[in-house]
Amino acid sequence: MRPHLLKLLMRVAGREWRRLTAIALSLLALGGIGWAALAPIVVTSHDELFEIPHGTYARRMAGEKIEILPHTIHLTLGLNDVLLLRNKDEVPHIFGPTLIMPGQSFSLPFAQASTYSFQCTAHANGQLNVIVEPTPAPGWERLHWRWRKLSNAVWHSPESHHH
Amino acid sequence: MRLNPNRLRNHAAALLLSLLFASAFITTPADADVRPELKAGVFNPPYMAPEFSLDGTKSSDVTLARYRGKVVLLTFGFTNCAAVCPTTLATLAQARSGLGKAAASVQVIYVTVDPERDSVARMREFLAAFDPSFIGATGTPAALAAVRKKYGVTAIKQGSGRDYAMAHTSSIFLIDRAGKLRALMPFGHDPADFVHDIKFLLAH
Repeated sequence: MRPHLLKLLMRVAGREWRRLTAIALSLLALGGIGWAALAPIVVTSHDELFEIPHGTYARRMAGEKIEILPHTIHLTLGLNDVLLLRNKDEVPHIFGPTLIMPGQSFSLPFAQASTYSFQCTAHANGQLNVIVEPTPAPGWERLHWRWRKLSNAVWHSPESHHH
Repeated sequence: MRLNPNRLRNHAAALLLSLLFASAFITTPADADVRPELKAGVFNPPYMAPEFSLDGTKSSDVTLARYRGKVVLLTFGFTNCAAVCPTTLATLAQARSGLGKAAASVQVIYVTVDPERDSVARMREFLAAFDPSFIGATGTPAALAAVRKKYGVTAIKQGSGRDYAMAHTSSIFLIDRAGKLRALMPFGHDPADFVHDIKFLLAH
């Protein structure tokens, strides 16, 4: 084969290869976005868990400032819509909206999107807010939800907690 | 830039394929196979509801033991309460109406957080307007404070003079027929949620 013909063939093959790669990447990207926007969000548990660790009372008595519950908790209907509070300490604790015995948990489901305020003596302002957002609809809302979840997991350290 | 028709066609095909791929996953979100069975918040494990002995609107001694065999709905408030207590008591009265014959197996106990103004007679008159079966309970400030402490209930006096108010816990405690504190319904639920949970507690 003549050298100039080989060169031409290689150039054509290279162009085709780049084109195919571009198509494959576009397919992947669009498929990914399409999936993120439309695929149902499947959760293994509806629980949003907050725990009082063992020894919390003793550490508090020793003057340590321990923060467990945030002032505001964000939940999403259909996904994480059950507030689960667990007391693993040796003494009863007022935790969120109620008194929880040692070894006991309190599981509070939410069925309506709204902002709920509970009296909570553990907070300085005496109030715990639970913001329940509606289930993200297919499309932009699901895409946005997944993006927020991903960016939270990658970039954010846990919020400062107060108990 | 000139648009290449071939490239456009390829991109259109890619988009179409992606949508087809994504549509394969479209179903309704997986529903709540693990959601709690009650509308109220549930204690796990449930422990015996703290006992008390207070002056009642129907008898001189109101205790939980007296109502074993019934589901007890225990709530705290004061008769001068402008919004929360009337709403709660009206909701509980409607729930009892919605229960039919099973209403006989339900007892509402309303413990005052304002013994200064809430005499037995005053509570009796106030509660009768909602449901004559409701029982009011009062006692000395110390006795009532002890009961509140056992249930983690708060009550804070607001204002002064004769028209003061009491900021108080507005949840309703659900106690089963064996006297166990099973659940706590936050303020704001409608009668249907109470009917649902009371039926569950009567059956379980």
